[in-house]
Amino acid sequence: MKIQVTFPPIKGISLSDLIVLVILFAIISLVFFLGKEWKGDLRSVASISLEYKYLPYYVIQSVSRIGIAYILSLIFSIGYGYLAKKNKITETILISLLDILQSIPVLSFLPGVLLAMISLFPNKRIGVELASIILIFTGQVWNMAFSYYNSISTIPRDILEVAKIHKFSKFYRFIKIDLPFSAIGLVWNSMMSVAGGWFFLMACEMFVIKDRDFRLPGIGSFIQMAANEGDLQKVFIGLLVMVIIIVFLDILIWRPLVVWSQKFRFDTVQSEEEKESFVLNILRESKLLEKIWDGVESRIDKINCYLVNKKKQDTDSIKKSPVKIFFISALLIGLLFLVLKGGITAFDMLSKITSQDFVLLIKAGGLSLLRTFGAIAIASIWTVPLGVMIGMKPKVANILQPVIQIAASIPATALFPIIIYFLLKIGGGLGFGSVFLMLLGTQWYLLFNVIAGASSIPQDLKDIADLYKIKGLRKWKVLILPSIFPYLVTGLITATGGAWNASIVSEYVIFGGEVQKTLGLGSLISESSASGNFSMLFASTLLMSLIVVTLNRFVWKRMFLLAEEKFRLD
Amino acid sequence: MANIILEAKNLSKAYPMRGGSQLTVLEDINLSVREGEFISILGPSGAGKSTLLRILSGLIEPTSGKILYHGKPLEEAFPSIGMVFQSFALFPWLTVLENVEVGLKVKGVDREIARQKAIKMLDLVGLDGFEDAYPRELSGGMKQRVGIARALAIEPEILFMDEPFSALDILTADNLRNELIRLWIEKKLPIKSIIFVTHNIEEAVFLSDRAIILSHNPATIRAEISINIPHIRNKNLKEFELTVDDIFTILTRPKIEAPFMLRKERYQFLPHAKVGAIAGLLELVLSKGGTIDISEVTTDLGLEVDDVFPLIEAAAFLGFATVKEGDIKLTEVGMHFSRSDLLQKKVIFREMALKNIQLINQIYQVLTTTEKKRMSEDFFIEILENHFTKDEAWNQLETAIDWGRYAELFAYDYDSGELYIEEPESEQLEKV
Repeated sequence: MKIQVTFPPIKGISLSDLIVLVILFAIISLVFFLGKEWKGDLRSVASISLEYKYLPYYVIQSVSRIGIAYILSLIFSIGYGYLAKKNKITETILISLLDILQSIPVLSFLPGVLLAMISLFPNKRIGVELASIILIFTGQVWNMAFSYYNSISTIPRDILEVAKIHKFSKFYRFIKIDLPFSAIGLVWNSMMSVAGGWFFLMACEMFVIKDRDFRLPGIGSFIQMAANEGDLQKVFIGLLVMVIIIVFLDILIWRPLVVWSQKFRFDTVQSEEEKESFVLNILRESKLLEKIWDGVESRIDKINCYLVNKKKQDTDSIKKSPVKIFFISALLIGLLFLVLKGGITAFDMLSKITSQDFVLLIKAGGLSLLRTFGAIAIASIWTVPLGVMIGMKPKVANILQPVIQIAASIPATALFPIIIYFLLKIGGGLGFGSVFLMLLGTQWYLLFNVIAGASSIPQDLKDIADLYKIKGLRKWKVLILPSIFPYLVTGLITATGGAWNASIVSEYVIFGGEVQKTLGLGSLISESSASGNFSMLFASTLLMSLIVVTLNRFVWKRMFLLAEEKFRLD
Repeated sequence: MANIILEAKNLSKAYPMRGGSQLTVLEDINLSVREGEFISILGPSGAGKSTLLRILSGLIEPTSGKILYHGKPLEEAFPSIGMVFQSFALFPWLTVLENVEVGLKVKGVDREIARQKAIKMLDLVGLDGFEDAYPRELSGGMKQRVGIARALAIEPEILFMDEPFSALDILTADNLRNELIRLWIEKKLPIKSIIFVTHNIEEAVFLSDRAIILSHNPATIRAEISINIPHIRNKNLKEFELTVDDIFTILTRPKIEAPFMLRKERYQFLPHAKVGAIAGLLELVLSKGGTIDISEVTTDLGLEVDDVFPLIEAAAFLGFATVKEGDIKLTEVGMHFSRSDLLQKKVIFREMALKNIQLINQIYQVLTTTEKKRMSEDFFIEILENHFTKDEAWNQLETAIDWGRYAELFAYDYDSGELYIEEPESEQLEKV
């Protein structure tokens, strides 16, 4: 459906221009508001009020936190990609580092980051705010960095040669080639990352370390507080507000971005269906925005010229300045020092682990492993048939897709209080309950991938199956499973990663002022983080990362290669 | 004589290989380009033509040798260069006009002037009215027009064209060639010289004043041929056909080398040809009485010279045919092969492949001597990578597997990535 929005011009400025102006004004006032807020002192625990009138205020704060963390992620991803592409050595180091970093559970960073920030800004709210933002950042950044790196690694050689022949400066290459090339991947991954941000918001706005209790005003802490007080109605309202905000942001930001980024497809043929976004249509109408855009573009050209000329002159002067060499070696020495120091501390902490602790860790690891597999298995059982049904029948897809999208946009962590409430009522423990909680967080990855896989089955293969009357189980074996296999593997990889991360928030839950927990790696991490037991926190984090990396390397990566080789449809 | 714009002296390019050895791609290339010259660089696919072009344009550095622009080394000369790519290399998110403006904007040309210049170039290549279209809306021929306009917009001294028409269908390519040469001889192009890389002999003869013919593995200059037929050249003219034949002969002549057992220095390069196509070619030659002119093959099969080239090369390698002065002649064995039925054909092919094809012989030897009669493909790739690039190593093995499968010398298991010799028992079972 196409929604045409045109507005009559008002005295040379169209309504679109007005909207753009309002947006600009809103952004500027938001920056001032946050600045004023965060400069303040750390307020007492009781300051999270459960009155509804504070909700808008909470929403602004939470969205800003996620927004700032997201912008940081974006900058980090681009910088990381640039460094990785600099030469072969940095590439191997940084990319394997990224692989390890993304397998470290987000919340393990919590105590370290928080303590560092508090010592930087003692008793100021900005310290805790920054800690919260950094945590959200660590949950968002890795897949974006991977996406950007992958995109710029796959730029065709000819395009790079065009840049070289026309003597693009590095800056110009970044703007004109790297960014456009990575746009589509970055937009999709940004959506995933921000969804992840919402997921961890609950844990990143309220945390307990040793005997100190930190709370930041936000929608996450609102729901958490309501849950602690056992007020289900407030939990529900908070949840509703959250979903509305998420859907709203989707319409206002992500959909226009997705549509806009279609411009950067690197395909040679025109696709039949162009998507629409009415928000984007409004922005495109705006003359003001066009002017601004034009101005920016000509600035970019000018900067490039300046850089190119400067480079020409520089080639005449000395090639490598001693200052640069000094700087790089100082940086390297500093890094080496940090690594050494980190290694010693790590060794120190691990040496405090007793043999009892060790047995506990292994037990916990085994239990969590079983739980993640359980969650994935249950998720597969319902998502695969449903996904295939939806994917193979476009009509069903059209009806169900929006419903599923809204359901998937609800951060699972926000549902936890409600589920825990019922779990406790039934009398079930968290041992199995946590599997259910993990499931909530990870099933969508699977479902979406299966749908995508099933809808990519070529019509002629489906026709052949009908022609030879291949039905039921046989159809699954011959046609469906092989076709969706690559997608299924992708979904499983993401889902497993998600399940491990979710174990931290689902094996250890605070509800109604009481701690509910069950033995597992996730609960060990949460517990040792809350009690400030750094050795245990470190050991359990290490073990979890190890399990995740091992699984990735030896199970998922092989399945992925198999999928790429054998079950490719081309 | 007109001024020399570009001069290449003793250019060589080698890539380091695993195990410390080097793969030489280009060897001792000397050439010069004068004002007003249209030069084509001609050679079989994978010969290193594109590498040479990229070295001449300064995109990559030679391992040894130097390039002079107006007598100055390339790095000091800052020459302005236009390049047209086989893949067009347009930015899909920029309009046609913006694509052409890119080169001008980088140079800091005023926006308005850049726009006018770009429009002028688009008019020149026949794209007026398409300024605001996106590349994905255009056909291949149109896209390449944009590519040409972009290269011309910066008014380079030399225009480099890297197989610009080989991704297009025959009619479109013909049309563009005609327009290009017309603009060139009418001196409407804002350039002084063109260096044109192609593997299409007819294209080179049709367009250029001078054809530089490269050998491959490694590429050296085998010959330079001046072409003085007046433009616009007619492909059916006797003189045109003779020149094509000449070049073809030069390209094939040294290819009939001594059997591989006698050669020590270089690994045999298998032309990428499928057995079915080779057999088809031999049958065509037989139907024409055992000898055929190369231009006859191309017209009969509706193929371009360079499509047939690997087939002829393969036939010559296998000992089924010989090539002399643009004629293909079947050998005794070749005649026998073409007249046989499928089973007999396989027997003959097996014998000839074992005798004449180094890689197939080696694979067979390895497989028969191992106990399980099985060997991973990686083993052979490793050997091949000592002589070829990674991609080429795979191409070589793929060709060898195709030929070996046909000859029933060995088989290949895709799933395990292994080559193996089929046990006779299992063969019998299959027949039951």
